[in-house]
Amino acid sequence: MGEVLVSLYLFVIAGFLGFELINKVPPTLHTPLMSGANAMSGITIVGALTLATVADARVSVLLGAAAIALATINVVGGFLVTDRMLATFRTRR
Amino acid sequence: MNPDLVAVTALVSIALFVVGLKRLARIRTARSGNALMAGGMLLAVVLTLVEQGGIDWRWIVGGLGVGAAVGVVVVVRAQATQMPEIVARFNGYGGAASALVALSLFWAAVVESSSATSALDALGPVAALTGVLSVVIGVTTLSGSVLAELKLRGTVGDGRIPVRSLVMGAALVGALALGVLSVTTSDVLTAELGLAGLVVASLLVGVVLVVPIGGADMPVVISLLNSFSGLAAAAAGFALADPLLIIVGTIVGAAGLILTQIMCVAMNRSLLNVMIGGFGGDVAADTSDYVSITSSDAEEAAMVMEIAERVVIVPGYGLAQARAQTAAYDVAKALQALDIDVRFAIHPVAGRMPGHMNVVLAEAEVPYELLYEMDQINQDLPQTDVVVVVGANDVVNPAANTQPSSPIAGMPILDVATARRVFVIKRSLSPGYAGIKNELFDLPNTTMLFGDAKEVLDQLAVELQQVAKR
Repeated sequence: MGEVLVSLYLFVIAGFLGFELINKVPPTLHTPLMSGANAMSGITIVGALTLATVADARVSVLLGAAAIALATINVVGGFLVTDRMLATFRTRR
Repeated sequence: MNPDLVAVTALVSIALFVVGLKRLARIRTARSGNALMAGGMLLAVVLTLVEQGGIDWRWIVGGLGVGAAVGVVVVVRAQATQMPEIVARFNGYGGAASALVALSLFWAAVVESSSATSALDALGPVAALTGVLSVVIGVTTLSGSVLAELKLRGTVGDGRIPVRSLVMGAALVGALALGVLSVTTSDVLTAELGLAGLVVASLLVGVVLVVPIGGADMPVVISLLNSFSGLAAAAAGFALADPLLIIVGTIVGAAGLILTQIMCVAMNRSLLNVMIGGFGGDVAADTSDYVSITSSDAEEAAMVMEIAERVVIVPGYGLAQARAQTAAYDVAKALQALDIDVRFAIHPVAGRMPGHMNVVLAEAEVPYELLYEMDQINQDLPQTDVVVVVGANDVVNPAANTQPSSPIAGMPILDVATARRVFVIKRSLSPGYAGIKNELFDLPNTTMLFGDAKEVLDQLAVELQQVAKR
């Protein structure tokens, strides 16, 4: 099986997994869920980290470094903001 | 590092994401789920850094440092009321990062490559085309999310774009065409200009997508953009042939689509219908004048409420806009002090993002046990003495049930008209996003309380507190 086909398999199966994971979410959690899932989309940072690996300031390296910075904001800020929201839900009970 | 060890570690990271997301979808486990996901991300980043080995670290450390600092500062400095805006902004950054990854890949393959080959030849057709998709989706997510954030802040209102579907189609086709052009050409200048054009056209797609959207359609678009940020990462994963990116990005994309679907069902409309633009269209909207509006003030409303047994408060976007959530809870607490049963009724698409009202009220420390979903509370409304509608409009319009020709016909609503008395706190009689008259305002049991939601609720709370002291 070629690399492209493996990618396609992963794409389809992960799609089904995503649908199954997020079934019947209580409305209270809609915003935190979006926020947490969005922080998860910062996984693109893993790709960005492989692009800015040399010292010279070529455009591709600068674009990669910018991608790292934005993805890190998304990841760090995203998980923090989700936690802050969830903390307000948990002060009682 | 041993490649098998790398693969196994990536698998552990994926498992953390999956279990974390599952736990995030339940209230009791949500916080630990979020922490597990953050752990999965940390593992993935550390793994990638270790795997890189002997490279120059300056740009990486710089990017990580700046990003982490900005992320922490933004969240720490934000006021509790700004959470929804910040969620929208971070969403845009995620999309932008995926787009930049693909752009960096193209730049290295074509512009900076010494051999005169196209990106298609250098990277292979699948990587080149999914890279273009990553840019289109990612940049659309960026401009759409920035605009959504400005709308949530109130800086930008809803606008109109003439022949919107045509502009949207042209921008989308243009973006894809420029993308294909820039990956098939081996001429450096053409590739550079093509990529720049691709970015501009994709920015336009996001703007055209979000500009005219408002009201109950906004949560649909925001959750769709959330889905896009995941799909952009998945597309970048295809371009890099990285299974971790493909799997995690796709899970986010699918989860976002589910949420989008939930929002569409809540309005009884299809996604296509929402995207094509707004309510109305060929359906004749009732825009006749109001005939029997009754209006009053907080003092009289308090006198009616103090003898009630059951009160339901219906918050809408107007409550968030006026930052009136604390005032609303003050009213609820004053009512509770009078031994009156008080509950909040939440329509699934109230506000401008999925779950907006829940977050806004949680910030004011309203216990979530007081929040009731539409399906739970509609049957209790006929036995309710007083309903207070705060800045909600289309989601309480009885025309959805009574007028088959109405643009919102068939949309599930909070049937507040069945309660004994209804007070509507609103700035004016201007229509909601659907642009139609709200029959509720004309009913004999409805009284309008004109004014800023926060001021009216504050007055109401003071009046009720005085009653309690007597």
